[in-house]
Amino acid sequence: MKKTSTLSMAAALMMCVVPAMAQKTASQGIDEYRAMLQDGNPAELFEAKGEDLWKKARGPKNATLEKCDLGKGPGVFKGVFVELPKYFADTQKMQDLESRLVTCMETLQGFNAAEISKTAFGRGEMANVTALATWVAAESKGMKFNLSQSHTQEKTFYEVGKRLFFQRGGTHDFSCASCHGEEGKRIRLQDLPILTKNPGDGVGFAAWPAYRVSNGQMWSMQLRLNDCYRQQRFPYPGFASDATVALSTYLGVNAKGAASIAPAIKR
Amino acid sequence: MADPMRIRAQASGDKATVRVLMSHEMETGQRKDASGKTVPAWFIQEVTAKLNGKDVFSAEWGPAVSKNPFLQFTVKGGKAGDKIAVTWKDNKGDTRTDEATVS
Repeated sequence: MKKTSTLSMAAALMMCVVPAMAQKTASQGIDEYRAMLQDGNPAELFEAKGEDLWKKARGPKNATLEKCDLGKGPGVFKGVFVELPKYFADTQKMQDLESRLVTCMETLQGFNAAEISKTAFGRGEMANVTALATWVAAESKGMKFNLSQSHTQEKTFYEVGKRLFFQRGGTHDFSCASCHGEEGKRIRLQDLPILTKNPGDGVGFAAWPAYRVSNGQMWSMQLRLNDCYRQQRFPYPGFASDATVALSTYLGVNAKGAASIAPAIKR
Repeated sequence: MADPMRIRAQASGDKATVRVLMSHEMETGQRKDASGKTVPAWFIQEVTAKLNGKDVFSAEWGPAVSKNPFLQFTVKGGKAGDKIAVTWKDNKGDTRTDEATVS
């Protein structure tokens, strides 16, 4: 009796295993779906919007952003994305792409930076910052990440970012490293990249801003980090806060040599 | 005024492949906002395309089509230099036409 049940169990197991091997895995199926979506990535619509916003005279000073210095001199937008965050002498601050754009919107166009930073993602001027970031990121598509680590602030922010990455807390005692510190982890069907080293071209830091198909929203890196903290049950970090810039610095420096595919398309 | 579409059209052989990205909310009318009120339906109802001014494509869409929709179709006889114009009209009567040259 015992033997037959073991045998039938084995047979049942075989039946489960064999067809599964013949099929493609779930993640291969998802990759195919993503490849299909790639052809009509709606991020292009946000890119176009961002490019318009860059050239359009707006704000209380009725000026364009064409003199904005994103790190390679006023008006240069090609290749800046893969070198941010970096230290800016004029603001004496470490800044990522979004916080730098907000600085330009304040100094050149006369917008209130504090007001923009308080705006919810996807609303008002914040939606414009995201569109601008999408366009600037797209102008560095295919280039490899190469963040500077020469200024002391840049080194400090890397170290602070590293600490934040491993800092556990919240109701679930989570850290960024809980999900992004080991090979082969995933949330539902999304593979989670290891972010303590270069995760490869177009993965992790090199994939955002990205268009999210399931809710039709354009997500910037700031929103990506904000949502990671939400999932960890941490309080929301402030927009463009030193903490988020430090984390970005850590991720960006680790991604050295990875080619950017931003703006990407996600589930 | 609605945001522009992105249209790419490429000829190969005796056909041209047209890819269109439209910027539209495509609200189904089934969702409720934070205060519990129904978000009114707002979606593209008609899509038409013209090749050098001649109708080549028409479709009726409904609320099941995604936000920021992507459309791809092939036009027989489309060749490089031809003009392809795509028009959509939504249920609020708003409309937008964009044109691209087949490459």
